[in-house]
Parts: sequence; structure tokens; C-alpha cells
Amino acid sequence: MSVIKVPRKPLTFAERTYIPQIVSGMMTTLKHIVAKPLTVNYPEERPEIPAGYRGVPTLVRDPNGREKCVSCQLCEFVCPPKAIRITPGEIPADSPAAHVEKAPKEFEINMLRCIYCGLCQEVCPEEAIWLQNVFSVSGYERGEFINNKQKLYELGGTLPDAHYKWDKKKAAAEEAALHGQH
Amino acid sequence: MLDFYFSLPLIVRLIIQGLAVIAVLFPLGAACSMAERKVAAWAQDRPGPNRARPWGLGRIPIIGPILGRFGIFNLMADGGKLLFKEDIVPGHVNKFYFVIAPIVAMTPALSTIAFVPFGAYLDGAGRVLPVMLADVDIGILGVFALASLGVYSLILAGWASNSKYPFLGAIRASAQLISYELSMTLAVVPVLLWINAPGTPGTLSLVRVVEFQSQSGFWGGAWFVFVMPLSAFIFLVALFAETNRQPFDMPESEADLVGGFHTEYGSYKWSLFFVAEYGHMIVGSALFILLFCGGWNPLPWLPLSTFVGWLAPLGAWTAHPLFVGILSICIFLGKVIFSIFFFMWVRWTLPRFRYDQVMRIGWQRLLPLSIANLIIYTIAIALLN
Repeated sequence: MSVIKVPRKPLTFAERTYIPQIVSGMMTTLKHIVAKPLTVNYPEERPEIPAGYRGVPTLVRDPNGREKCVSCQLCEFVCPPKAIRITPGEIPADSPAAHVEKAPKEFEINMLRCIYCGLCQEVCPEEAIWLQNVFSVSGYERGEFINNKQKLYELGGTLPDAHYKWDKKKAAAEEAALHGQH
Repeated sequence: MLDFYFSLPLIVRLIIQGLAVIAVLFPLGAACSMAERKVAAWAQDRPGPNRARPWGLGRIPIIGPILGRFGIFNLMADGGKLLFKEDIVPGHVNKFYFVIAPIVAMTPALSTIAFVPFGAYLDGAGRVLPVMLADVDIGILGVFALASLGVYSLILAGWASNSKYPFLGAIRASAQLISYELSMTLAVVPVLLWINAPGTPGTLSLVRVVEFQSQSGFWGGAWFVFVMPLSAFIFLVALFAETNRQPFDMPESEADLVGGFHTEYGSYKWSLFFVAEYGHMIVGSALFILLFCGGWNPLPWLPLSTFVGWLAPLGAWTAHPLFVGILSICIFLGKVIFSIFFFMWVRWTLPRFRYDQVMRIGWQRLLPLSIANLIIYTIAIALLN
């Protein structure tokens, strides 16, 4: 049967006086009155930021201290509000990271434009750009909202690396050179 | 000091007493607004106003942070703001009545307290004497007569504002106040019938009501809330309506009337309405406590005199009239504060009634109920006597 008849019982006398309902409602209110507040006293107390929070985008280094960004400019390309501007640069030959393709000379994220969508993090092939736990951005001038490369690395810090892509690549190349292949 | 006070002429003493009571009642009314905000916050799982810390006062160790946490400085800042804000009188109002309305609101709210005993002390013979401004026989009748003057302020404010929302608010308010006054008065009559047994000198004094609740024995010591629960319930519901509290706050239902009768008011005039409302609440709760909850007696079946008798081993000072007076006032105030908390508690539980529901409850439910209650108790009292 497709139609289900829901029986509607007439209200009992107690229900029509509302009193039992009011009493149970007041008990609920009392429970909330005695409960601990759910809010925090903001600037003094900070909320617990859960893992995976999408805060301000930052640049990170790998555990060896190498900047992971190779300035491929995919994030700059994908960024919907065009908040990212990258100036690519070369890595000097005497650098310990000389085997890496490139590094950004300058990397700017305009926080007045950023919409915290996380597409830059999603698109990054090097896992170099991460939206981390910084959620409060303030300043007195427009310039203060443009995070440059140095600021981005300060905010980002170091994250563990599961791949060491470039080191493996270098090791593989050395191995190959040793065996005279490729 | 005390001798100098008693050497003053009676009229001066009465004026000093009256001013002292007003000096307590007015800030208490204002403090209720902060209590309201705090209870509102707690009911919504927030801490509530706790930030204001003036430069000097907030730095007093221990006391400063505590006062800050309870929003006392917010309260002072509110008062200061309302006092110094520009007092706008709109161009389209009837100026005389517009200005006089908040005064008319404030006057009954402060003057009803004259008939309310708020404490007691024992004289040498062990008799209980009330602490109050005017121990007159009309007692509760005086409170009702003065409190119902409050409706004029609403009508005046609504009419003088010359604008539709205040007008609608005033009409609703006056209709509501008049409707519920009937049930309220009828609910009190059984109490007064019960205490005025035939052959005793008749009185409407609230002191007598409390005295009656502090006798010895099971029926003597029972508060009237146990003897006449229905009367107490009707009185309480009518009290909510009379003080324009949720769920009966028709006059200022923000959703449909902007601000109700005080839409056109601002700054200090508005705050006078506000404090008057809390003043009515305080006096109303005091009335409820005197009539049904034993006044200054600490617990049911435990009169004040017995309680003071228990304290006697602590020293002779416990029998001093000053100590007993302050103790009884504290007990009474504690009950009043709990009752005001109850008002706020209900406010954050029940949604507002619709206007037709308010009228239906008032005339079709509460009034017949209070008449039936009166008849049943009259017959019962007649049979008992």
C-alpha cells in the first residue's frame, strides 16, 4: 500500500494544558544554563584547529630544508581569483639542491584576493603549497596583505615528505650513469 | 547615630526610608537588565558580557576581574551611555504626553514597593514586626491599584508617539493588562479569605499573609503554594502577562511591532521604561513570594523566629533587631532574585504567544479557572470554619 495513514491521536488533557511540555522544556533550558559555554574568549583563548583545516596558503620545506616549490606555475594558473604571482628563478649550480629543476625567485600570494579554495594545494605536483592553520589575517595597509616568499616560508615551516622525489631521481640518474645505461 | 535618626520628625524619617528603598530598587531594576543578558547568554551556551574593564577599576586585584566577568562594568557603561545619549523627541509627537509617559511608567513601579514588606525583626516580646514603608490595612489592594496605573504609561506612550507601531503596541498592552488583572485579583481572593477567618479583625495587609504562613503546626507552617497551588499558578501566569514578560510580551513583540509602545523612544526615556518594567517584575515577584512562598521565612514549616532561635547559641547578637532584620531581608531578596531568574528561565524556554492566543488564554481559560478556583476555595473555607 503506497498511502500510509498516520494516526493522529487527540491531545490528552495534560498535553492540552501544556504544563508537562513546559516543564520538560525548562529542564532543557536549565541543562544549557549550567553547561559550559561552547564559545571561547577569542583573542585570549584560541579555538582548536582540526587537521586538514583550510587556512592561509603557505609554502613548505622538506625535512632537509629544501624549498619544495619548483615554480611550475600550475597554482598561479589554476588560482580562480588570480591571487598568486610567481617569478621563476634558477638554482645556482653550487647549491645542494642543484639537481632540482627550478625554484621561485619571488612568490606572492595576495590575501585580499585569496578565496581559500585550496585549488593551489590540490594542483601542486610537488606538495609544496599547503593551506594550514592560520585563520586570522589583519593589517593596516593593502601591502601588508601580500605575502611574499619569505613570509610564506615562515608561515609554512617544514612538513614531512613521503617521496623525496628529486633525491630519488638524482640517485636513479647516478645509478644509471654508473651502469652506463640511458 | 541610631538615636539621632529616631529623634528626627516622622516625615523626614519616612522620606529617608523611601529614598533608601528607591536607591536600592532602581539599581536593582537596572542590574536585572544585566542579569537578563547573562542568563540569556548562559541559556545559549555563551559566556555573556564579560569584557568591559575600566582602566582603574579593572586592575583591582581579585574584585576587578570578578566584577568584569559578571559584566558589572558593562552595566555601568550601558547606564552612562543611556544617560548621556542625545535625547531625541521626534517632530511628529505630542510633546507633553511623550515626555510624561516614561515618568508615569516609573512612578507606579517605584511606589508600589511602599506596600510591600521586605523583611521582619523580633521585638523584645518575640513578636514579629515587619520592615516596610507603609504598614497599612489596604496592603495588597494598594499594590494592585498602583500597579495597574502602569497601563496608562503604555497608552500615553503609544498615543503620544503618533505612529502606528507604538499605537498597536499600546492597544495590545492595555488589552492584555486589563484582561489578566481580573484573573490575578481573583486568584488572590482565596488567600485573603483564608487568612481573614470570621471573628478576627479583617485586613488585606501582606504582613498578615506572611504571619499566617509562619504559624506552628502542619497547616500553620505550610506556604500557600502548597495549600492553594491553583491560585499560585494562576497568579504566576497572570504576573507574567502583567509584567509583559515572555511568553506574553505582546506589547513589544519585535517581530511584528518593531519595538512596540516605545518604538519612538530613545536614550534615557527608553531606559526609564526599561527599568520600570523590571521594577514591576521585582514588585510582582515580591508579591508572589509574600502571598504564596512564605515571605521572609527561610523554608516551609520553618518560620523566621524558629530559625533565629536556632542561631541563639552563637551569641546574643543573633537576637539583635538589626541582625534579624538584615537576615530576613537577605532571605526575602534571595527568593525575589530566584523568582526573577525564573522569569528569565521561562523567557528562554517558551516562544511568544500570538495575540489571539493571549486573549483566548486570558478570557477563556484563566478567568473561568480562577472563578472556579475561587468558588471551590470559598466553599472549602466556609466548611472548615
